[in-house]
Amino acid sequence: MSMNLLRLFGGRTASAPVARERLQILLAHERGLLGQSDLLATLREEILAVVGKHVVLDPDKVIVKLERGKTVSTLEVDIEVPNNFDKAKAAERRMAG
Amino acid sequence: MAKVLVVTSGKGGVGKTTTTAALGAALAQSGQSVVVVDFDVGLRNLDLVMGAERRVVFDLINVVQGVAKLPQALIRDKRLENLWLLPASQTRDKDALTDEGVGRVIAELKSRFDWILCDSPAGIERGATLAMRYADEAIIVTNPEVSSVRDSDRIIGMLDSKTVRAEQGERVEKHILITRYDPARAARGEMLNIDDILEILATPLLGIIPESQDVLKASNVGTPVTLNNADSAPARAYIDASRRLMGEQVAMTVPAERKGLMNRLLGRRAA
Repeated sequence: MSMNLLRLFGGRTASAPVARERLQILLAHERGLLGQSDLLATLREEILAVVGKHVVLDPDKVIVKLERGKTVSTLEVDIEVPNNFDKAKAAERRMAG
Repeated sequence: MAKVLVVTSGKGGVGKTTTTAALGAALAQSGQSVVVVDFDVGLRNLDLVMGAERRVVFDLINVVQGVAKLPQALIRDKRLENLWLLPASQTRDKDALTDEGVGRVIAELKSRFDWILCDSPAGIERGATLAMRYADEAIIVTNPEVSSVRDSDRIIGMLDSKTVRAEQGERVEKHILITRYDPARAARGEMLNIDDILEILATPLLGIIPESQDVLKASNVGTPVTLNNADSAPARAYIDASRRLMGEQVAMTVPAERKGLMNRLLGRRAA
């Protein structure tokens, strides 16, 4: 909307605002990618370790995502647990079996 | 205290070599002892822009590999006695440079000069990383154009992680130098404006060099633009930038005013 207004006032040739907006979006993404891989790998490892202490987990079913927004970012952690997830009970079952 | 300054950009053709020559000459003119070092091994051009292409005997690679001593490779400028050039090799490739060897040469240059200006090759490969490796300060030459700004952002990230200073937990002081700026086009919204570029790159501004035919004229004759026509708009902008590098407070003039002044001066001369 604001882009359209700018274009209206700047005449048909005001392409600089488009350049600015494209750059801002692109660089936010690229900067994210650079530092991100390590951070996400570390987070995934540690979350896996903490949750894995209490719950039986399939490491492949733990998904950690970081979505960068303009003012805030969201960290999404998706852990799939089997229904018989309780470690103690799982152990009991094994003992009984 | 000697300062090592890298002139870098990521993108090619934005004006790194022009800037190295112009700032080197401007610093030397204000009494500093300066060496400009060409890191563009295999595609050297600083010698040509400085007008010293026929005086190259030994080069950076020869010194790094111990084939020649540093004083044998240094070329003294014919116009300014405290301006020197250390050329790159034209026949070798960038793999001939080693981290340790470059470190040794830079340390030796620091004992002889106030300023060591390293002209980085384009790209983010070995030549570019070694040019910035030992830098205390960096000038990121940026055109008001999307691909140049993107590459500058990438280079800023490298300055913050791949330099010796960064690895020691210190900072490389970074400056943006905007070149080929056309204030009229920026005013019409056809070109990224200064504030947008600075906001996107979050790095302070060292100067704004207006687009000008004087830059090409100077490189045609092999003279830094600050020496070739010191009254020209780009020369004035470079001289201001060199004063800021030396710690002076110089008002950031919008090149449009300079251009206006230049036009009046030129107009008077023509009349």
